[in-house]
Amino acid sequence: MDTGWSHAADIAAAVREGRVSATVVATDTIARIARLNPAINAFTDILKERALAKAQAIDHTRSQAGSLGPLAGVPFAVKNLFDIAGLPTLAGSKINRERAPATRDAAAVRRLEAAGAVLVGALNMGEYAYDFTGENVHYGDCRNPHDLARMPGGSSSGSGAAVAGGLVPLSLGSDTNGSIRVPSSFCGIFGLKPTYGRLSRAGTFPFVASLDHVGPLARSARDLALAYDAMQGPDADDPVCADRPVERVTPLLGQGIGGLRIALAGGYFRVGVFPELRTALARIAAALSVKAEIEFPEAQRARAAAYVITASEGAAVHLDPLRRRGRDFDPAVRDRLIAGAMIPGAVVAKAQKFRRWYRAHVLEMFEHWDAVLAPATPCSAPALGQQTFVLDKVEMALRPNIGIYTQPISFVGLPVVAVPVAVDPLPVAVQIIAAPWREDIALRIAHALERTGVATAPRPPLE
Amino acid sequence: METPRSNELAQFIQAAACLLDLPIEPAWKDAVKGHLEVTLRLAASFTEFPLPDEAEPAPVFVA
Repeated sequence: MDTGWSHAADIAAAVREGRVSATVVATDTIARIARLNPAINAFTDILKERALAKAQAIDHTRSQAGSLGPLAGVPFAVKNLFDIAGLPTLAGSKINRERAPATRDAAAVRRLEAAGAVLVGALNMGEYAYDFTGENVHYGDCRNPHDLARMPGGSSSGSGAAVAGGLVPLSLGSDTNGSIRVPSSFCGIFGLKPTYGRLSRAGTFPFVASLDHVGPLARSARDLALAYDAMQGPDADDPVCADRPVERVTPLLGQGIGGLRIALAGGYFRVGVFPELRTALARIAAALSVKAEIEFPEAQRARAAAYVITASEGAAVHLDPLRRRGRDFDPAVRDRLIAGAMIPGAVVAKAQKFRRWYRAHVLEMFEHWDAVLAPATPCSAPALGQQTFVLDKVEMALRPNIGIYTQPISFVGLPVVAVPVAVDPLPVAVQIIAAPWREDIALRIAHALERTGVATAPRPPLE
Repeated sequence: METPRSNELAQFIQAAACLLDLPIEPAWKDAVKGHLEVTLRLAASFTEFPLPDEAEPAPVFVA
C-alpha cells in the first residue's frame, strides 16, 4: 500500500487485517520523513526508536490474536508544544530548549497511542504559538508542500505541512485563534478545532488559557473523527476539560446531512475575501445547496476582544523570561508580548464581559441553524517573508490579520472543521462551524463534502 | 514628528516598562509601540460597546 498517501483509517484496517505490518508502515514513514523533511522542515524531532518499538509491539499483539485499536499502526506526529516523554517541550522557542525533558506524554498523545497510533516525531511551530505564518527564526521556516516558497500557515505549521506533504497521515495541533484552521487552509487539508473544553490540553505548553484548544489534522474527515473519538473524555489534569461522556462521531459519519439547516456567514466574513476563497465558498455552498446568509452579531468586536485577551494572557505566561532574556525570543513575538503586558486590566476584564454577551447571541443564532460556512483564511498561502497584504483595499500587516475569520469563532469555543478545496493558485479551506458540543454535525458535513469530491486534500508533487 | 497621543503612548510604555521591570531595548521600541497602538485601537471597539453593569465575564470560577 502507498503508506505515503493512505488515510489513517485505511492503514489501521490494513494493519488489523494483516495486509501490512505496523513495522513496515513505521519504517516507510521514518524513511519518507528523512527524505522529504529537509525541504519542508516540518519536523524538529524524529522518534525512530520509539516508533519502531511501538509498531513492533502492535505486530506482536496481532500475532497473539490480541485486539488492536481503531488507529492500529497509524503514524502520527505532534506540534512541539505537546509533551513527549524524554524531550524538552520546545513550543517553537529557543528558551524552552533548556527545560527539563518531559517525564510523561501529553494526555492527547497517550490517548492516541492507546488507540494504537504510533508517534513518530515532534513538529515545527511558530514561537509560543503566537503566529499564523509558519516562520520560525530558531528552527527555520516550515515550508508549504504545495509550493516550498510559500507559508504553511501557523502556528501549527509542521502539523499542516507534515500531513499535506504525506509525511504522516495524522497530526495534532493547537488552536487559540486559528492555529489549526489556518495551516489547514494554506496546506489544503482537513482540520478539527473541537469545542473549547472538549479535549484535554494536559501536558501541552500553554499560550492563552481562556482560548487554547487542541485537535487533529488529517487528509480526510473520517481520520479526524477517528482521532477525535480516541482523544475524547474528561481529564482531571486539565481544569477546562469538560466532564462529558465520550460522544463518538465515527459511527455517525454515514448519516448524511439531510435536514441540516446550513447558512453562509455574511457581513464581516464577506469583507476582504480573496477570489480563491470566494470560489471555494461558492463550491461548498453549491454542493450543500446553501443559499441563506446570516451574520454573526458584532463579529468585528469579537475578533478585537479575542486579540486583546490573547495579547494579555500570552504576556502573562512569558513575563518572567521577557524580563530576563528578551533577546532570546523571536522579535516578532517578543514585541507583541511586551505590548500585551501593558494592556490595562480593566480592558481585559471588559473583553471577557463582551465575550459572554457575544456567546449568548451566537447561541441564539444556532437555535435556527445547525452549521454556518465561513472562509478559514482571507487568501491562499502567501510567500514566506511576505509582510503585508491588501485586505479590502487597505494594505495591512499580514501576520496578525491572517486569522480575522477564525478568531471570532474560537473566541466562543465553537467546534469547526476546516475542509480543503482544490482551487487555484493553491488549495484553501472553508470553516464548517457548529454549535458547542456538535462536532458531529461539522464532521458529518465535512464527510459528505468529501464523498462528493468537493472537499479534498490535493497531493503535492513532491516525489 | 510625534503626535501628542503618540507621545503619550511612548511615555506610558516607558513608565509601564519601568513599573513592570521589563527592559525594552531602543531597537524594539517602535515595534512595541506599534503593537500597543493597534491593541488599544481594537480594544476601543468593544470597550465602547454598551453592556449592563451586571454583565458577568465569560470565565466562571468554581470553588
